[in-house]
Amino acid sequence: MSCWQTVTDYAFRSLGYGERLLPRTDFTLCQQFTLIGSGMIWNIYFGIIALGCGFVLATALALGKASTVKALRKPSEWFIFLFRGSPLFIQFFFAYFLFQSLSSQYPFFSGFTSAWLGALVVLFFNTSAYSAEIFFGALQSIPKGDTEAADAYGLSGWTRFRRVIWPTMLRLAWPAYTNEAIFLFHATTLVFFSGFPAIQQRGDALYYASYFADKTFNPFVPYPILAGYFIILTLCIIGLFGWFNGRLNRHLPSDRRTRVRYRPQVLR
Amino acid sequence: MDGLAWLSCYLTTGKHIGFYWSFGTVLLLLAITAPTALLFGYGGASAARSRVAPIRWFGKTYMAIVRGVPDIAFFLFFVIALDQGIEYLRHVTLCPDWGQSVRQGNDFVVCTAAKMPLGNAPQWLHEVYGAGLAVLTFAIVFGAFAANVLFGAMRAVPRAQLETAEAYGMTRRQVTRRVLVPQMWVYALPGLSNLWMVLIKATPLLFLLGVEDIVYWARELGGTKTARFTDYPHGDWRVYYFAFLLVFYLAFTKVSEVVLSRVMARLTRGQATSGGEAQRKAA
Repeated sequence: MSCWQTVTDYAFRSLGYGERLLPRTDFTLCQQFTLIGSGMIWNIYFGIIALGCGFVLATALALGKASTVKALRKPSEWFIFLFRGSPLFIQFFFAYFLFQSLSSQYPFFSGFTSAWLGALVVLFFNTSAYSAEIFFGALQSIPKGDTEAADAYGLSGWTRFRRVIWPTMLRLAWPAYTNEAIFLFHATTLVFFSGFPAIQQRGDALYYASYFADKTFNPFVPYPILAGYFIILTLCIIGLFGWFNGRLNRHLPSDRRTRVRYRPQVLR
Repeated sequence: MDGLAWLSCYLTTGKHIGFYWSFGTVLLLLAITAPTALLFGYGGASAARSRVAPIRWFGKTYMAIVRGVPDIAFFLFFVIALDQGIEYLRHVTLCPDWGQSVRQGNDFVVCTAAKMPLGNAPQWLHEVYGAGLAVLTFAIVFGAFAANVLFGAMRAVPRAQLETAEAYGMTRRQVTRRVLVPQMWVYALPGLSNLWMVLIKATPLLFLLGVEDIVYWARELGGTKTARFTDYPHGDWRVYYFAFLLVFYLAFTKVSEVVLSRVMARLTRGQATSGGEAQRKAA
């Protein structure tokens, strides 16, 4: 069987298209590359959607935490503490079983017991909490001169936020936010190792990598392949976020710009 | 019996005592892992500062190796890789006249004497060996992060301090031991306390490495054995068991936060940093 044949068979296996049975004997390198790459679709899907939605919620939470109104501040603080203080792994388990027991009473929740929605919700809340903490820190360190200048120009309310506070907050938070983004993509590998089942063996990249490692009892091939895919993904994120960082900083003299430095914060 | 009396009785059955003990297991593994990881980290950071190029490259590679790749992949990888590595080394030394290759198709075959632990070893030895591998894996991965923190802390110690020590005629080793190491902890503590929080939150992954930890027990005790029949006098209670774990971790994080902020306050007392300055002003 040629390698191209394998690619057409398994390229979209993780979504349920193509060959139904996973390879069982005589594992070729080509199969491992194709299937693990196919699993990456899930990692990218979880990462992009959770990050996109999380950005909005994180901004709201950060503003809530910085608010002087207690009714806004307390819930935001609790939300952030709840999701930053507990392991993501346990959050997945808890959410899965919670959705399962809810779906037996309310059919509305039946979709949440599958990974594509349930795990996405958990990742969305989780990244929101972590990003909110980053944005909150940035909000606290906005130079006093910036807000005073905004006041002097007679800006207030939404305009003040939109034109002065928000761009500065993003500019200050961006290097840390880049790391959060990288880290979120890494966290997506936990999905199919927690409660959420991989229905009909449609899993993510790590799911297939560990499948091959289990079958061949040789970890030295599938895991480096997975590592290679993730390094490429990480470089793409750094490139994209670095470009946007340049845009955010373009009005500044070049020696005052903050650079994106890759500082991983490990697991959550 | 019903109500609270039943519940208090049920929650103290033998299996539940096992569940409570597993909290102790997790704390014990954490207590072993943290110093080991710190040791690995110190080794890595020292290697990265070495004047011998290959050692320096090794240190930098070790620090860089966990970057860009999900950590969980490392956990899954190292447990098998370490196991096979140990068995392979024993195989080479114990059975030198074994003719066949170690990898036969999809199997990894070593001679019986090289099995680790030996096939006739008692059950507890297997468990201890498994837990030991898990701890070593954790120490390797978190050691890389600790190395990063310590490497940064070593560079944060003011250069003038080291130059003064050199001017007194201390050798490089003496400078490291008497000046660099005592001073670096203040700079390393924020990073290390962050790492500790992360380590706490990584403990449920022990479950993936085959240790019978709290996640294992929560799944076991909360679940129903089969769809229709159950060993336990309740339905699917896993959601409550996991809610309990969630509360446990939140409380643990909170306690650590409080303790670490006290340690930090104690360490910054009298230091010429902005934190120390703030303390002086408040007093």
